[in-house]
Amino acid sequence: MMKPNALLSVRNLSIDFHLRTHVLHAVRDVTFDLKRGKTMALVGESGSGKSVTARGLMRIIDKPGRMTGGQILLDGPDGPVDVAQFKEGSREVLGIRGGRIGLIFQEPMSSLSPVHTIGSQIVEAVRLHKRVSKKEARVRCIELLRQVEIPQPELMTDRYTFEFSGGMRQRAMIAMALACDPEVLIADEPTTALDVTTQAEILDLIKRLQDERGMAMLLITHDMGIVAEVADEVAVMRFGKIVEQGPVDDIFHASRHPYTRQLLDATVKLESGAAGRALPASLAPTVAPVLSIRNLTKIYGAPSRMFSRGSGRGLVAVDDADLDLFPGENLGIVGESGSGKTTLGRMILRIVEPTSGSVTYRADEAASPVDVTTLGKADLRRYHQDVRLIFQDPFASLNPRMTVKQIIGDPLVISKAMSGRALEARVAELLGKVGLDPLAMERYPHAFSGGQRQRIGIARALALNPKVIVADEATSALDVSIRSQILDLLLDIQKQLHLSFVFISHDISVVRYFCDRVAVMHRGKVVEVGDAESICTNPSQPYTKRLISSVPNPDPRNKRMLHRLRADQV
Amino acid sequence: MLAYVAKRVLYMIPTLFGMSLIAFMIIQLPPGDYLTSLLSTMADGGQNLDEATIARLRTQYGLDQPVHVQYFVWIGGILTRGDFGYSFEWNQPVSTLIWDRMGSTLLISLASLLMVWAISLPIGIYSAVRRHSFGDHAFTLLGFIGLAVPNFIMALTLMYASYRFLGQSVGGIFSPAFVDAPWSLAKLTDMLSHMWIPVIVIAMSGTAAMIRILRANLSDELSKPYVITARAKGLPEHKVILKYPVRIALNPFVSSIGWVLPDLVSGVTITAIVLNLPTAGPLLLRALVGQDMYLAGSFILLMGVLTLVGMLISDILLAVLDPRIRFN
Repeated sequence: MMKPNALLSVRNLSIDFHLRTHVLHAVRDVTFDLKRGKTMALVGESGSGKSVTARGLMRIIDKPGRMTGGQILLDGPDGPVDVAQFKEGSREVLGIRGGRIGLIFQEPMSSLSPVHTIGSQIVEAVRLHKRVSKKEARVRCIELLRQVEIPQPELMTDRYTFEFSGGMRQRAMIAMALACDPEVLIADEPTTALDVTTQAEILDLIKRLQDERGMAMLLITHDMGIVAEVADEVAVMRFGKIVEQGPVDDIFHASRHPYTRQLLDATVKLESGAAGRALPASLAPTVAPVLSIRNLTKIYGAPSRMFSRGSGRGLVAVDDADLDLFPGENLGIVGESGSGKTTLGRMILRIVEPTSGSVTYRADEAASPVDVTTLGKADLRRYHQDVRLIFQDPFASLNPRMTVKQIIGDPLVISKAMSGRALEARVAELLGKVGLDPLAMERYPHAFSGGQRQRIGIARALALNPKVIVADEATSALDVSIRSQILDLLLDIQKQLHLSFVFISHDISVVRYFCDRVAVMHRGKVVEVGDAESICTNPSQPYTKRLISSVPNPDPRNKRMLHRLRADQV
Repeated sequence: MLAYVAKRVLYMIPTLFGMSLIAFMIIQLPPGDYLTSLLSTMADGGQNLDEATIARLRTQYGLDQPVHVQYFVWIGGILTRGDFGYSFEWNQPVSTLIWDRMGSTLLISLASLLMVWAISLPIGIYSAVRRHSFGDHAFTLLGFIGLAVPNFIMALTLMYASYRFLGQSVGGIFSPAFVDAPWSLAKLTDMLSHMWIPVIVIAMSGTAAMIRILRANLSDELSKPYVITARAKGLPEHKVILKYPVRIALNPFVSSIGWVLPDLVSGVTITAIVLNLPTAGPLLLRALVGQDMYLAGSFILLMGVLTLVGMLISDILLAVLDPRIRFN
């Protein structure tokens, strides 16, 4: 029943989690084949069971979870063996883990031990499956690091993980997974935590190594763009079941299942730009900006303290930034991690004190401009009522011990604007505005999903009728379908309330969908400002060109990343 | 690394100065001085001294000088001659008194510390790995009993048990016959047969606390992605746990050295009194009650030094164990 070229056949795999109150069927009756040299993408939103499936192949299932049925047939010289038959932790399973199936996964920051050197962790992997001396293993380790394009591998092998950047750690992780030449590579969201340019490099690397070694790959991702760029076949997972699978072209261009289409639509919609969104009239040159940033600079660790032993220059996080935000406008700020975009957003609110430069705020056309950087405490509090922040992490930004009513009403209580019944009515109105049931106000944040929590965060930001909202990666932690819902919600609210948004994101497609104008930041400098459509389709600065061309394109017939501009080409 | 240690030692100097000042202040805080407490004791016994003798004694002890002069005489003696002053009550140099007690204090405390580690490490690992199992619950129950029972009650119970059922002489760390005897195998056996009670009593609450800390720390570490990485390599489960998460969860063990050293002097005083142990705690208590100021001041200063040295040792060990600390 096994197809001749299938290396790993999964048949009717089921995994249950016995929770305190009920049994969760995390994986239900999953069947697929991995073929030599081919990539199978397993896509789905968070909680769909894709990671559990992948780890189940290596028999690594966390505590309350149990494999309840199915076969995992791994083809070998003596015919296929059923991995599901072996006992967890048996010699056979340990030999397959790392020896025949390699795993790389999401968190490059925490997936390697911080207290062992990179080299010792890779050497350990080599010596687990190959009978070689320590010295030979070290030579092999350096060779592996060279294959994953880590510069000066002899030196880097004795370094610790925290001395590596995120991209470098993921390379080291790949080197470890490949240490014993596995035939199957499982890549579980390998680039989700990385910048687009780094993501493109890592995907290139994985693809090249896969071609050289003829490995079968199971790629797990929620990003349809990556699927289109890399996969040969796709399986779409939802609620633990595979709802549709087939060749990548069929999935993208002739999908049959409504859920697949929903996923694709959400992705493609973001890709297309805010369709038909007319630029606000206020963009006319006669209108004064609501926020105006001039020569804004932030230097961290500037030599001022007595015991500082730094080089004396400090780290320039934001370097001489000039930006204007017009009433009713959405200004996007894009850039990679470390480009200074978050620091810039915080300086607008003066959560971070600027080193030099000015932020001028004009409440409305008639009001006289005020310099935010010199405001006193009372004035700054008034300013904070007009300019609000939405955070990235919907889980960490809501106090778990406060009810939704307390959370949303908090700004009103602090500013002494309302209390009692009026407060309750206002919270109900705000909940309605962000599409939540006003009856939910007595519940605690844990009762809500990520998308709903982000709506609560938005309602909190709206409580004081702000003029400007700074949204720092407000949709990055959300699944793609939820992401477009939240963006539409923000656009809808903007239309009603005449808000201006500063929208900080590393995700170009989100910025393109949401923003009128985009500022591109690179190493603390604003390198390019322009309207969103032309930045995304026809950028003029070399850095922007490189950034835009690294974004995966969700169309397998038009792979963009392979033709991208690299750092050495611009 | 060397520069780091040197810097830390340099920072200790102003801290020590401040501590000596505060130690001396605290001793001076209660009204009166050694003479007044001596006189009241003597008056209770029906003795009386005439004014002239009191004045002579006061000059002799230097108690008629202003406080700051007394402080500089004391600290000057320590710095220039290593002379910690003279104990009024014992009529002996303070340093002799303290060093006499330090040997036994050190012995008992180190033995307890080793016992704490030896018991809590395996139990902590077991409890974290088999969380909510029967064994874990049993150890948790024992641990909380250990935390909740006051040390001195435990000491009394064990003393009674060992006297009643084992027929041992209890109290102190030697039987009366061996106290002044030279070291021999018999004396060593005698010491060991006495030591187990204080060691168990002192180690018990520490063990319980350490098990809880290790269990909590290790439970957090067990779900970290690097543990999955280690499993995915094909490492057997016990090696996965011992080599990766346990290594990181060990930090509190090393930190415990920092607070064990000052505990040598002042900790478990009540237990030591109950068990009649010749350790430093009871001596300090008596010095404070009798306003024997140089003895008490030197003890408090010594505790300060031990705290600082303990912190330094544990910080250095942490840096050796954890490269993240070393490189910051």
